Amino acid sequence: MSWLTSFFSWLGEFFGTAANWSGPGGIPMRLLEHLEFSALALALAVVIAVPVGLLIGHTGRGEVIVVVSANLARALPTLGLLVMFVLLLGTASIWPVIIPLVLLSVPPILVNTYEGIRGVDPELRDAAYGMGLRGGQVLTRALVPVALPLILLGCRLSAIQVVATTTVAAYTGLGGLGRYVIDGFATKDYASVVGGSVLIVLFALVVQILFALAQRVAVSPGVSQRQRIR
Amino acid sequence: MSDGPPSIWEWIGRNWDTGRADSIRNLLTDHLTMSLVPIVLSLVLALPLGLACARWRWLYQPTSGLMNVIYALPSLPVFMLLISVTGLSQTTVIIPLTFYGMAVLIPAVVDGLRSVPDHVRQSAVAMGFTPLRRLLRVELPIAVPVVLAGLRVVAVSSISLVSVGALIGQGGLGGLFTRAYQNPFMPPVIVGIVLIVALALVADALIVLAQRLLTPWVRARKGMAS
Repeated sequence: MSWLTSFFSWLGEFFGTAANWSGPGGIPMRLLEHLEFSALALALAVVIAVPVGLLIGHTGRGEVIVVVSANLARALPTLGLLVMFVLLLGTASIWPVIIPLVLLSVPPILVNTYEGIRGVDPELRDAAYGMGLRGGQVLTRALVPVALPLILLGCRLSAIQVVATTTVAAYTGLGGLGRYVIDGFATKDYASVVGGSVLIVLFALVVQILFALAQRVAVSPGVSQRQRIR
Repeated sequence: MSDGPPSIWEWIGRNWDTGRADSIRNLLTDHLTMSLVPIVLSLVLALPLGLACARWRWLYQPTSGLMNVIYALPSLPVFMLLISVTGLSQTTVIIPLTFYGMAVLIPAVVDGLRSVPDHVRQSAVAMGFTPLRRLLRVELPIAVPVVLAGLRVVAVSSISLVSVGALIGQGGLGGLFTRAYQNPFMPPVIVGIVLIVALALVADALIVLAQRLLTPWVRARKGMAS
Protein backbone atom coordinates (compact mmCIF):
# COMPACT_ATOMS: atom_id res chain seq x y z
CA MET A 1 0.00 0.00 0.00
CA SER A 2 2.99 2.30 -0.43
CA TRP A 3 1.20 4.15 -3.22
CA LEU A 4 -1.58 5.04 -0.84
CA THR A 5 0.78 6.67 1.65
CA SER A 6 2.57 8.60 -1.10
CA PHE A 7 -0.84 9.59 -2.47
CA PHE A 8 -1.81 11.20 0.81
CA SER A 9 1.58 12.80 1.37
CA TRP A 10 1.40 14.36 -2.12
CA LEU A 11 -2.11 15.51 -1.37
CA GLY A 12 -0.96 17.05 1.92
CA GLU A 13 1.97 18.72 0.22
CA PHE A 14 -0.21 20.21 -2.53
CA PHE A 15 -3.04 21.49 -0.35
CA GLY A 16 -0.73 22.36 2.55
CA THR A 17 1.54 24.70 0.59
CA ALA A 18 0.40 28.26 1.25
CA ALA A 19 1.74 29.45 -2.12
CA ASN A 20 -0.77 27.18 -3.88
CA TRP A 21 -3.65 29.21 -2.45
CA SER A 22 -2.85 32.67 -3.79
CA GLY A 23 -1.78 34.53 -6.91
CA PRO A 24 -2.52 33.85 -10.58
CA GLY A 25 -1.46 30.19 -10.31
CA GLY A 26 -3.29 29.61 -7.03
CA ILE A 27 -6.10 27.13 -6.52
CA PRO A 28 -8.95 29.72 -6.29
CA MET A 29 -7.80 31.40 -9.51
CA ARG A 30 -7.37 28.11 -11.41
CA LEU A 31 -10.74 26.91 -10.18
CA LEU A 32 -12.35 30.11 -11.39
CA GLU A 33 -10.63 29.79 -14.79
CA HIS A 34 -11.79 26.21 -15.15
CA LEU A 35 -15.33 27.26 -14.30
CA GLU A 36 -15.13 30.23 -16.68
CA PHE A 37 -13.88 28.26 -19.72
CA SER A 38 -16.26 25.34 -19.11
CA ALA A 39 -19.24 27.65 -18.59
CA LEU A 40 -18.38 29.74 -21.64
CA ALA A 41 -18.08 26.68 -23.89
CA LEU A 42 -21.21 25.08 -22.47
CA ALA A 43 -23.24 28.29 -22.79
CA LEU A 44 -22.21 28.72 -26.43
CA ALA A 45 -23.04 25.08 -27.11
CA VAL A 46 -26.50 25.47 -25.52
CA VAL A 47 -27.16 28.65 -27.55
CA ILE A 48 -26.31 26.79 -30.77
CA ALA A 49 -27.64 23.30 -30.07
CA VAL A 50 -30.98 23.89 -28.33
CA PRO A 51 -32.60 26.07 -31.05
CA VAL A 52 -31.28 23.83 -33.83
CA GLY A 53 -32.44 20.71 -31.99
CA LEU A 54 -35.88 22.21 -31.35
CA LEU A 55 -36.19 23.23 -34.99
CA ILE A 56 -35.12 19.86 -36.40
CA GLY A 57 -37.25 17.98 -33.88
CA HIS A 58 -40.33 20.10 -34.52
CA THR A 59 -40.11 20.25 -38.31
CA GLY A 60 -38.59 16.80 -38.86
CA ARG A 61 -36.19 18.29 -41.39
CA GLY A 62 -32.41 17.92 -41.30
CA GLU A 63 -32.36 14.78 -39.15
CA VAL A 64 -29.17 13.71 -40.94
CA ILE A 65 -27.32 16.59 -39.24
CA VAL A 66 -28.22 15.18 -35.83
CA VAL A 67 -27.09 11.63 -36.60
CA VAL A 68 -23.84 12.64 -38.32
CA SER A 69 -22.85 15.18 -35.65
CA ALA A 70 -23.49 12.68 -32.85
CA ASN A 71 -21.30 10.02 -34.44
CA LEU A 72 -18.59 12.44 -35.46
CA ALA A 73 -18.35 14.03 -32.00
CA ARG A 74 -17.80 10.61 -30.46
CA ALA A 75 -15.20 9.54 -33.02
CA LEU A 76 -13.16 12.77 -33.17
CA PRO A 77 -10.20 12.70 -30.77
CA THR A 78 -10.39 15.78 -28.52
CA LEU A 79 -6.62 16.16 -28.20
CA GLY A 80 -6.16 16.02 -31.98
CA LEU A 81 -8.85 18.62 -32.54
CA LEU A 82 -7.31 20.94 -29.93
CA VAL A 83 -3.81 20.66 -31.42
CA MET A 84 -5.19 21.17 -34.93
CA PHE A 85 -7.01 24.39 -34.02
CA VAL A 86 -4.04 25.77 -32.10
CA LEU A 87 -1.65 25.01 -34.98
CA LEU A 88 -4.08 26.62 -37.43
CA LEU A 89 -5.05 29.71 -35.42
CA GLY A 90 -2.14 30.27 -33.03
CA THR A 91 -2.38 30.98 -29.30
CA ALA A 92 -2.88 34.75 -29.35
CA SER A 93 -6.35 34.37 -27.79
CA ILE A 94 -8.29 31.59 -26.03
CA TRP A 95 -10.62 31.09 -29.02
CA PRO A 96 -8.52 28.46 -30.83
CA VAL A 97 -9.09 26.34 -27.72
CA ILE A 98 -12.69 27.36 -27.01
CA ILE A 99 -13.90 26.57 -30.57
CA PRO A 100 -13.12 22.81 -30.36
CA LEU A 101 -14.59 22.75 -26.83
CA VAL A 102 -17.84 24.15 -28.22
CA LEU A 103 -17.78 21.87 -31.27
CA LEU A 104 -17.49 18.78 -29.07
CA SER A 105 -20.21 19.83 -26.65
CA VAL A 106 -22.86 20.74 -29.24
CA PRO A 107 -23.81 17.16 -30.33
CA PRO A 108 -24.97 15.71 -26.98
CA ILE A 109 -27.33 18.67 -26.47
CA LEU A 110 -28.44 18.61 -30.11
CA VAL A 111 -29.21 14.88 -30.09
CA ASN A 112 -31.09 14.91 -26.80
CA THR A 113 -33.08 18.05 -27.63
CA TYR A 114 -34.07 16.48 -30.94
CA GLU A 115 -34.92 13.13 -29.32
CA GLY A 116 -36.86 14.90 -26.62
CA ILE A 117 -39.06 16.76 -29.08
CA ARG A 118 -39.49 13.71 -31.35
CA GLY A 119 -40.43 11.54 -28.40
CA VAL A 120 -43.37 13.68 -27.32
CA ASP A 121 -46.64 11.77 -27.60
CA PRO A 122 -48.28 12.82 -30.91
CA GLU A 123 -51.64 12.98 -29.13
CA LEU A 124 -50.26 15.65 -26.81
CA ARG A 125 -49.11 17.61 -29.83
CA ASP A 126 -52.56 17.29 -31.45
CA ALA A 127 -54.23 18.29 -28.20
CA ALA A 128 -52.10 21.45 -28.05
CA TYR A 129 -53.09 22.36 -31.60
CA GLY A 130 -56.69 21.52 -30.75
CA MET A 131 -56.60 24.00 -27.88
CA GLY A 132 -55.83 26.68 -30.44
CA LEU A 133 -52.06 27.05 -29.94
CA ARG A 134 -50.06 27.93 -33.02
CA GLY A 135 -46.84 26.15 -34.19
CA GLY A 136 -44.38 28.16 -32.10
CA GLN A 137 -46.64 28.10 -29.04
CA VAL A 138 -47.09 24.34 -29.31
CA LEU A 139 -43.33 24.05 -29.24
CA THR A 140 -42.65 26.35 -26.30
CA ARG A 141 -45.71 25.60 -24.15
CA ALA A 142 -46.30 21.89 -24.73
CA LEU A 143 -43.30 20.20 -26.36
CA VAL A 144 -40.39 21.89 -24.54
CA PRO A 145 -41.69 21.23 -20.99
CA VAL A 146 -42.22 17.56 -21.82
CA ALA A 147 -38.84 17.29 -23.56
CA LEU A 148 -37.03 19.19 -20.80
CA PRO A 149 -35.67 16.13 -18.93
CA LEU A 150 -33.90 14.96 -22.11
CA ILE A 151 -32.70 18.48 -22.99
CA LEU A 152 -31.18 18.78 -19.51
CA LEU A 153 -29.68 15.30 -19.83
CA GLY A 154 -27.97 16.50 -23.02
CA CYS A 155 -26.63 19.52 -21.16
CA ARG A 156 -25.38 17.28 -18.35
CA LEU A 157 -23.57 14.97 -20.80
CA SER A 158 -22.09 18.04 -22.50
CA ALA A 159 -20.93 19.39 -19.16
CA ILE A 160 -19.10 16.09 -18.49
CA GLN A 161 -17.47 16.43 -21.88
CA VAL A 162 -16.57 20.11 -21.42
CA VAL A 163 -15.02 19.71 -17.96
CA ALA A 164 -12.88 16.82 -19.24
CA THR A 165 -11.86 18.59 -22.44
CA THR A 166 -11.02 21.82 -20.61
CA THR A 167 -8.59 19.72 -18.57
CA VAL A 168 -6.97 18.28 -21.69
CA ALA A 169 -6.89 21.78 -23.23
CA ALA A 170 -4.34 22.82 -20.60
CA TYR A 171 -1.88 20.92 -22.78
CA THR A 172 -2.39 23.51 -25.52
CA GLY A 173 -1.88 26.38 -23.11
CA LEU A 174 -5.35 27.02 -21.66
CA GLY A 175 -5.47 27.92 -17.96
CA GLY A 176 -7.67 26.14 -15.45
CA LEU A 177 -7.12 23.15 -13.16
CA GLY A 178 -5.58 21.11 -15.96
CA ARG A 179 -2.47 23.30 -15.61
CA TYR A 180 -1.52 21.60 -12.31
CA VAL A 181 -1.75 18.19 -13.95
CA ILE A 182 0.02 19.03 -17.20
CA ASP A 183 2.77 21.21 -15.68
CA GLY A 184 3.21 18.91 -12.70
CA PHE A 185 3.64 15.92 -15.01
CA ALA A 186 6.17 17.79 -17.18
CA THR A 187 8.28 18.80 -14.15
CA LYS A 188 7.76 15.54 -12.22
CA ASP A 189 6.01 17.50 -9.45
CA TYR A 190 3.67 14.69 -8.40
CA ALA A 191 2.13 16.67 -5.55
CA SER A 192 0.77 19.03 -8.22
CA VAL A 193 -0.37 16.14 -10.43
CA VAL A 194 -2.22 14.33 -7.65
CA GLY A 195 -3.64 17.49 -6.04
CA GLY A 196 -4.77 18.88 -9.40
CA SER A 197 -6.33 15.55 -10.40
CA VAL A 198 -8.29 15.33 -7.17
CA LEU A 199 -9.50 18.92 -7.63
CA ILE A 200 -10.69 18.19 -11.19
CA VAL A 201 -12.48 15.02 -10.11
CA LEU A 202 -14.23 16.92 -7.29
CA PHE A 203 -15.09 19.75 -9.70
CA ALA A 204 -16.64 17.27 -12.15
CA LEU A 205 -18.68 15.64 -9.39
CA VAL A 206 -19.97 18.97 -8.06
CA VAL A 207 -21.02 19.96 -11.61
CA GLN A 208 -22.94 16.68 -11.90
CA ILE A 209 -24.70 17.22 -8.57
CA LEU A 210 -25.68 20.76 -9.63
CA PHE A 211 -27.16 19.41 -12.87
CA ALA A 212 -29.10 16.74 -11.00
CA LEU A 213 -30.51 19.47 -8.72
CA ALA A 214 -31.29 21.75 -11.68
CA GLN A 215 -33.26 18.92 -13.24
CA ARG A 216 -35.34 18.49 -10.07
CA VAL A 217 -36.13 22.19 -9.91
CA ALA A 218 -36.69 22.89 -13.61
CA VAL A 219 -38.74 19.91 -14.73
CA SER A 220 -42.47 20.34 -14.24
CA PRO A 221 -43.84 18.12 -11.43
CA GLY A 222 -46.37 16.62 -13.83
CA VAL A 223 -43.66 15.55 -16.25
CA SER A 224 -41.27 14.09 -13.68
CA GLN A 225 -44.25 12.37 -12.00
CA ARG A 226 -43.30 13.77 -8.61
CA GLN A 227 -46.95 14.74 -8.51
CA ARG A 228 -49.30 11.94 -9.47
CA ILE A 229 -52.02 12.91 -11.88
CA ARG A 230 -55.35 11.63 -10.63
CA MET B 1 2.53 25.53 -49.50
CA SER B 2 4.72 22.80 -48.07
CA ASP B 3 1.81 21.58 -45.92
CA GLY B 4 -0.25 20.43 -48.92
CA PRO B 5 -1.38 16.89 -49.55
CA PRO B 6 1.83 15.67 -51.23
CA SER B 7 3.86 16.37 -48.11
CA ILE B 8 1.36 14.42 -46.01
CA TRP B 9 1.85 11.31 -48.15
CA GLU B 10 5.59 11.87 -48.06
CA TRP B 11 5.47 12.25 -44.27
CA ILE B 12 3.45 9.03 -43.93
CA GLY B 13 5.93 7.21 -46.15
CA ARG B 14 8.89 8.34 -44.08
CA ASN B 15 7.28 7.60 -40.72
CA TRP B 16 5.21 4.48 -41.42
CA ASP B 17 7.77 1.92 -40.34
CA THR B 18 10.92 3.45 -38.93
CA GLY B 19 11.57 0.58 -36.55
CA ARG B 20 11.21 3.02 -33.63
CA ALA B 21 8.44 2.80 -31.03
CA ASP B 22 6.80 5.94 -32.42
CA SER B 23 6.47 4.82 -36.03
CA ILE B 24 2.90 5.17 -37.28
CA ARG B 25 2.65 1.38 -37.56
CA ASN B 26 3.63 0.80 -33.94
CA LEU B 27 1.38 3.61 -32.70
CA LEU B 28 -1.50 2.05 -34.65
CA THR B 29 -0.85 -1.35 -33.04
CA ASP B 30 -0.70 0.21 -29.57
CA HIS B 31 -3.86 2.14 -30.28
CA LEU B 32 -5.68 -1.03 -31.33
CA THR B 33 -4.56 -2.89 -28.20
CA MET B 34 -5.49 -0.08 -25.84
CA SER B 35 -8.94 0.33 -27.37
CA LEU B 36 -9.85 -3.30 -28.12
CA VAL B 37 -8.99 -4.60 -24.65
CA PRO B 38 -11.36 -2.17 -22.86
CA ILE B 39 -14.11 -2.74 -25.45
CA VAL B 40 -14.01 -6.53 -25.02
CA LEU B 41 -13.34 -6.42 -21.29
CA SER B 42 -16.19 -3.99 -20.56
CA LEU B 43 -18.60 -6.21 -22.51
CA VAL B 44 -17.41 -9.37 -20.71
CA LEU B 45 -17.78 -7.67 -17.31
CA ALA B 46 -21.02 -5.83 -18.09
CA LEU B 47 -22.90 -9.00 -19.17
CA PRO B 48 -22.86 -10.79 -15.79
CA LEU B 49 -23.25 -7.53 -13.85
CA GLY B 50 -26.16 -6.47 -16.07
CA LEU B 51 -27.74 -9.92 -15.67
CA ALA B 52 -27.42 -9.63 -11.91
CA CYS B 53 -29.00 -6.16 -11.96
CA ALA B 54 -31.88 -7.37 -14.12
CA ARG B 55 -32.49 -10.34 -11.83
CA TRP B 56 -32.12 -8.61 -8.46
CA ARG B 57 -33.75 -5.27 -9.07
CA TRP B 58 -32.57 -3.67 -5.79
CA LEU B 59 -29.03 -3.98 -7.18
CA TYR B 60 -29.68 -1.78 -10.19
CA GLN B 61 -30.22 1.57 -8.47
CA PRO B 62 -26.87 1.66 -6.61
CA THR B 63 -25.00 0.15 -9.57
CA SER B 64 -26.31 2.66 -12.08
CA GLY B 65 -25.66 5.48 -9.61
CA LEU B 66 -22.04 4.36 -9.24
CA MET B 67 -21.68 4.00 -13.02
CA ASN B 68 -23.05 7.53 -13.55
CA VAL B 69 -20.41 8.87 -11.17
CA ILE B 70 -17.63 6.92 -12.91
CA TYR B 71 -18.81 8.13 -16.31
CA ALA B 72 -18.58 11.75 -15.13
CA LEU B 73 -14.90 11.45 -14.15
CA PRO B 74 -12.62 13.20 -16.65
CA SER B 75 -10.12 10.75 -18.16
CA LEU B 76 -6.88 12.72 -17.78
CA PRO B 77 -6.92 13.12 -13.97
CA VAL B 78 -8.01 9.49 -13.63
CA PHE B 79 -5.02 8.38 -15.74
CA MET B 80 -2.78 10.60 -13.62
CA LEU B 81 -4.08 9.19 -10.33
CA LEU B 82 -3.66 5.63 -11.60
CA ILE B 83 -0.01 6.22 -12.55
CA SER B 84 1.07 5.78 -8.92
CA VAL B 85 -0.58 2.34 -8.92
CA THR B 86 -0.02 0.93 -12.42
CA GLY B 87 2.87 3.10 -13.64
CA LEU B 88 3.32 4.62 -17.09
CA SER B 89 1.90 1.55 -18.80
CA GLN B 90 -0.93 0.72 -21.17
CA THR B 91 -2.83 -0.67 -18.17
CA THR B 92 -3.19 2.88 -16.84
CA VAL B 93 -5.24 3.76 -19.92
CA ILE B 94 -7.01 0.41 -20.25
CA ILE B 95 -8.51 0.32 -16.72
CA PRO B 96 -10.43 3.66 -16.86
CA LEU B 97 -11.63 3.00 -20.42
CA THR B 98 -12.98 -0.38 -19.27
CA PHE B 99 -14.95 1.34 -16.51
CA TYR B 100 -16.32 4.00 -18.89
CA GLY B 101 -17.39 1.15 -21.17
CA MET B 102 -19.13 -0.64 -18.31
CA ALA B 103 -20.92 2.58 -17.40
CA VAL B 104 -22.57 2.50 -20.83
CA LEU B 105 -22.99 -1.27 -21.18
CA ILE B 106 -24.48 -2.29 -17.83
CA PRO B 107 -27.60 -0.12 -18.38
CA ALA B 108 -27.71 -1.39 -21.98
CA VAL B 109 -27.72 -5.02 -20.82
CA VAL B 110 -30.43 -4.29 -18.25
CA ASP B 111 -32.56 -2.39 -20.78
CA GLY B 112 -32.03 -5.16 -23.33
CA LEU B 113 -33.21 -7.85 -20.92
CA ARG B 114 -36.17 -5.72 -19.87
CA SER B 115 -37.13 -5.40 -23.53
CA VAL B 116 -37.96 -9.12 -23.61
CA PRO B 117 -41.77 -9.25 -23.77
CA ASP B 118 -43.41 -11.13 -20.91
CA HIS B 119 -45.37 -13.42 -23.21
CA VAL B 120 -42.11 -14.52 -24.86
CA ARG B 121 -40.61 -15.34 -21.48
CA GLN B 122 -43.73 -17.23 -20.44
CA SER B 123 -43.78 -19.16 -23.73
CA ALA B 124 -40.19 -20.24 -23.10
CA VAL B 125 -41.12 -21.42 -19.61
CA ALA B 126 -44.14 -23.26 -20.99
CA MET B 127 -41.95 -24.97 -23.60
CA GLY B 128 -39.88 -26.40 -20.77
CA PHE B 129 -36.75 -24.23 -21.10
CA THR B 130 -34.58 -24.37 -17.99
CA PRO B 131 -33.71 -20.89 -16.64
CA LEU B 132 -30.17 -21.08 -18.07
CA ARG B 133 -31.31 -22.24 -21.49
CA ARG B 134 -34.06 -19.64 -21.50
CA LEU B 135 -31.45 -16.97 -20.81
CA LEU B 136 -29.04 -18.18 -23.48
CA ARG B 137 -31.52 -19.13 -26.21
CA VAL B 138 -34.33 -16.62 -25.72
CA GLU B 139 -33.60 -13.63 -23.50
CA LEU B 140 -30.03 -12.75 -24.50
CA PRO B 141 -30.70 -13.00 -28.26
CA ILE B 142 -33.64 -10.62 -27.87
CA ALA B 143 -31.42 -8.25 -25.88
CA VAL B 144 -28.70 -8.27 -28.57
CA PRO B 145 -29.80 -5.15 -30.50
CA VAL B 146 -29.92 -2.96 -27.37
CA VAL B 147 -26.60 -4.29 -26.03
CA LEU B 148 -24.86 -3.86 -29.38
CA ALA B 149 -26.21 -0.31 -29.73
CA GLY B 150 -24.41 0.39 -26.44
CA LEU B 151 -21.31 -1.43 -27.66
CA ARG B 152 -21.17 0.81 -30.74
CA VAL B 153 -21.04 3.88 -28.50
CA VAL B 154 -18.37 2.24 -26.33
CA ALA B 155 -16.23 1.17 -29.30
CA VAL B 156 -16.25 4.56 -31.03
CA SER B 157 -15.64 6.59 -27.87
CA SER B 158 -12.92 4.22 -26.56
CA ILE B 159 -11.02 4.46 -29.82
CA SER B 160 -11.06 8.25 -29.71
CA LEU B 161 -10.44 8.47 -25.94
CA VAL B 162 -7.24 6.39 -26.06
CA SER B 163 -5.50 9.39 -27.63
CA VAL B 164 -5.74 11.38 -24.36
CA GLY B 165 -3.32 8.79 -22.98
CA ALA B 166 -0.66 10.49 -25.11
CA LEU B 167 -0.39 13.06 -22.32
CA ILE B 168 1.11 10.33 -20.11
CA GLY B 169 3.08 8.88 -23.03
CA GLN B 170 0.58 6.03 -23.67
CA GLY B 171 -1.87 7.26 -26.27
CA GLY B 172 -1.26 5.15 -29.36
CA LEU B 173 -1.99 7.39 -32.33
CA GLY B 174 -2.53 10.24 -29.86
CA GLY B 175 1.27 10.35 -29.76
CA LEU B 176 1.08 11.96 -33.19
CA PHE B 177 -0.80 14.91 -31.64
CA THR B 178 1.74 15.56 -28.88
CA ARG B 179 4.58 15.21 -31.40
CA ALA B 180 2.88 17.68 -33.74
CA TYR B 181 2.36 20.15 -30.91
CA GLN B 182 5.90 20.05 -29.57
CA ASN B 183 7.35 20.47 -33.04
CA PRO B 184 4.63 22.49 -34.79
CA PHE B 185 3.77 20.47 -37.88
CA MET B 186 0.33 19.74 -39.30
CA PRO B 187 0.63 16.37 -41.15
CA PRO B 188 0.85 14.19 -38.00
CA VAL B 189 -2.34 15.81 -36.63
CA ILE B 190 -4.26 15.15 -39.84
CA VAL B 191 -2.97 11.58 -40.09
CA GLY B 192 -3.83 10.93 -36.44
CA ILE B 193 -7.36 12.31 -36.69
CA VAL B 194 -8.08 10.51 -39.98
CA LEU B 195 -6.74 7.17 -38.72
CA ILE B 196 -8.65 7.38 -35.42
CA VAL B 197 -11.93 8.30 -37.13
CA ALA B 198 -11.33 5.52 -39.69
CA LEU B 199 -10.70 2.96 -36.92
CA ALA B 200 -13.89 4.11 -35.20
CA LEU B 201 -15.89 3.74 -38.43
CA VAL B 202 -14.48 0.24 -39.06
CA ALA B 203 -15.25 -0.87 -35.49
CA ASP B 204 -18.77 0.55 -35.80
CA ALA B 205 -19.34 -1.24 -39.12
CA LEU B 206 -18.08 -4.55 -37.68
CA ILE B 207 -20.53 -4.33 -34.78
CA VAL B 208 -23.40 -3.54 -37.17
CA LEU B 209 -22.37 -6.60 -39.19
CA ALA B 210 -22.22 -8.74 -36.04
CA GLN B 211 -25.71 -7.55 -35.15
CA ARG B 212 -27.03 -8.66 -38.55
CA LEU B 213 -25.46 -12.08 -38.14
CA LEU B 214 -26.67 -12.48 -34.55
CA THR B 215 -30.25 -11.36 -35.22
CA PRO B 216 -31.22 -12.87 -38.60
CA TRP B 217 -34.91 -12.73 -37.62
CA VAL B 218 -34.95 -8.94 -37.78
CA ARG B 219 -34.30 -8.92 -41.50
CA ALA B 220 -36.53 -11.93 -42.10
CA ARG B 221 -39.40 -10.06 -40.44
CA LYS B 222 -38.73 -6.96 -42.53
CA GLY B 223 -38.71 -9.14 -45.65
CA MET B 224 -42.12 -10.53 -44.75
CA ALA B 225 -43.54 -7.09 -44.19
CA SER B 226 -42.55 -5.77 -47.60
